[in-house]
Amino acid sequence: MFKENKSLKEKEQGHRLLVSFEFEPGKVEKGYTDRRLYINLSENKIEEKPIDLQVKETFTGGRGYGIWYLWDAVSSKTKWNDPENEIIFCTGPICGVTQYSGTGKTHVASISPETGTVNDNNVGGYFAPFLKFSGWDLLEIQGKAKQNVIIFIDGNKGKVSIKEIPGMNSDTYLLIEKLTEKYADDEKDRRNISIISSGRGAENTNLGILNVSWYDVRRKHVRVKQAGRGGTGSVFRDKKILAIVIKYSGVNANSNNVASPELIRKAGERLTKEILTLDHVQNGMREIGTVNLLDHMQNYECLPIHNFKFGSHPDAFKVNSKVWHQRMTQKQAGDSCWIGCALRCSHGVDNFELSTGPLKGEKVLVDGPEYETTAGFAGNCGCFDPDFVLEVSFYCDNYGLDTIGVSTTLAFLMECYENNIINKEITGGLELKFGNTKDALELIHQMAEGRGFGKIAGLGIRQIKKILVEKYGADVKFLQDIGMECKGMEFSEYVTKESLAQQGGYGIANKGPQHDESWLIFMDQINNQIPTFEDKAEALHYFPLFRTWFSIVGLCKLPWNDIEPSDNKQKYHGMEAAKVPEHVENYCWLFEGVTGKHITLEELIQQSEKVHNFQRLFNLRMGFGTREHDAVPYRAVGPVTAEEYESRKELYDQQLREIINFDIKNKTIEEKMKVLRAYREEQYQKLCDAVYKRRGWDSNGVPTLENIKKLKIDFPEIVELVKKYKS
Amino acid sequence: MIKVNGRDREWEKDLTVDLLLKRCKYTFPLIMVKINGKYVPKEKYKDTLIMDGDDVQAIHSIAGG
Repeated sequence: MFKENKSLKEKEQGHRLLVSFEFEPGKVEKGYTDRRLYINLSENKIEEKPIDLQVKETFTGGRGYGIWYLWDAVSSKTKWNDPENEIIFCTGPICGVTQYSGTGKTHVASISPETGTVNDNNVGGYFAPFLKFSGWDLLEIQGKAKQNVIIFIDGNKGKVSIKEIPGMNSDTYLLIEKLTEKYADDEKDRRNISIISSGRGAENTNLGILNVSWYDVRRKHVRVKQAGRGGTGSVFRDKKILAIVIKYSGVNANSNNVASPELIRKAGERLTKEILTLDHVQNGMREIGTVNLLDHMQNYECLPIHNFKFGSHPDAFKVNSKVWHQRMTQKQAGDSCWIGCALRCSHGVDNFELSTGPLKGEKVLVDGPEYETTAGFAGNCGCFDPDFVLEVSFYCDNYGLDTIGVSTTLAFLMECYENNIINKEITGGLELKFGNTKDALELIHQMAEGRGFGKIAGLGIRQIKKILVEKYGADVKFLQDIGMECKGMEFSEYVTKESLAQQGGYGIANKGPQHDESWLIFMDQINNQIPTFEDKAEALHYFPLFRTWFSIVGLCKLPWNDIEPSDNKQKYHGMEAAKVPEHVENYCWLFEGVTGKHITLEELIQQSEKVHNFQRLFNLRMGFGTREHDAVPYRAVGPVTAEEYESRKELYDQQLREIINFDIKNKTIEEKMKVLRAYREEQYQKLCDAVYKRRGWDSNGVPTLENIKKLKIDFPEIVELVKKYKS
Repeated sequence: MIKVNGRDREWEKDLTVDLLLKRCKYTFPLIMVKINGKYVPKEKYKDTLIMDGDDVQAIHSIAGG
């Protein structure tokens, strides 16, 4: 009776069923279902499609599948907001294993509004495991709906429906509470719902994210994690998807129908024991999550301050680990974003009262804040106020905005404001000085609502630079130096001036300057373990490939090296220790345990190498992917301004004297900066040479024909593409 | 003069491992220290003296990112 009334109410509200589809519920065999769910929103079409054996053998799963089927769907001319662009949600074979930490990741592939080329994201929450256990390795969405739609997948009943839902607010916080209640049979059933949503910020900017939910049974609250970079949420809202709801009950210890449970149990027990006995003396992920890094980045001069000008600030203590330990609710079992994760780093601040915006006065649960959000808004924007960090963190998630993209863009605008490149006339009265929390918040609300100066800010740094040069006559060279973007994506929150390897880690990364491809600051800048170009190139070969593997099999990176065996560095040395060999062994056990295929570290790296090179070739197809697109702004390499030089004068003077053999006596700062810049820029180019060579790419950064043959990705269209660049 | 991770650094009298880590602001918890190739357990940081000319390695786990 209740459901009938609800159905009647829906009709009155204009809810309309557009299409429905029935399927045989899930059959997972050794981690795979070997089929994908295809939806075309323009045509109201839902279909089951197979995953070809050759695709499986070549690309393994997860991101590998995602970028292959995206390649198949788009052409070199496809723009992010064309109907043929797809948004693909991927699972990997290890995804959903409940005996090992960090196996709940959803991997997402799409053409990015920021970069114009292939983008990949990974995010926690329950969506991917539920998708796979419902019977699908992938969910592939193409086309555009005319009005807002909700896609509902009932994994137990084997039904998919698409409903038109006009007039509903897309912001995540209230939407997912309503939808979880609507689609769950009762309170207990809420744990069986996972929702992908975004918000109005994704509609009105290029910086949109996806939120992926799970139900926190302890708090009785829906929680979210974010697929953050490159504007995937903007693609989602451009397709007029309000939410994707999946419902699945029946997760058990062998939902993946694995080949060898014993191997999985062995790996899981070893890691869980380490986490429970060592986390509190290592990184404290179970207490405050990734924000533990903030204190260390401050101490090692790597915390971005005032648009990456400096690496530390006297006020950083106001947002340090101690503060977050007090603010975050401790010992919450619900802080695991997938079942069985002992690292449970998804912390939250409960009952935070909002002071601005459409939910002013509401007491809300704020996810995190994570390191990146805190470093970006507190350090880079100079707003060292934990309440401000919580307020922006909540609103960015709620609006579907990328906290990294927004904070790096805001920091850039603040530097422009302080250099009189923009002023109150241009910003509509906003005083965008570093540290102005009030106007920073106002700008974020404007970005989300697509009004005022927020319309320009929401375009991201690359497009803002163009506007400031063309419309306001700004100095193009200065903006190029301080605008922290590469390939159109904003930098994540680490200062790289003293780590050449990390400059390459950002610049040469396939999707843009995001640290999930490599993070080599300690190994390079602090430990001095990779001093030569060849050493750095080896690290920039191995670690991006190793990290790529997580995204093709469905894993989270954190349990790899944010916890390590107590004797890791005594047993192993140099780069070997950094690989955490016992955890690598766990991954080989896990892969074999699930799929039944024995795998060595070398084979694991080969699996990644196919996907990583294919993604580089995808960039090439979209008109990127060559050396010029790996260039980074000089702010990532060295001091742009005299103020920056002065802040580390002793270090820079020493480098000029001892490394460059430049006589600094009687030289002006400008003269010294010029020589330092020429040297550092040359070093970056030499690094690119070494990395390209190690990766089997030519001097323009294009994978060689020999390499793509060796990797068995020499499909005719790939060969044709590479040959075009050779000529 | 001592070496810390291959780089020269001024030596000072009564320099312990604990003091050196503080001077360098090496606060990261996952550090392994060796002096002239010999491993120093964490519980001995306060008592272990670093002598002039020593080669110290303070290796941080990669973590992060």
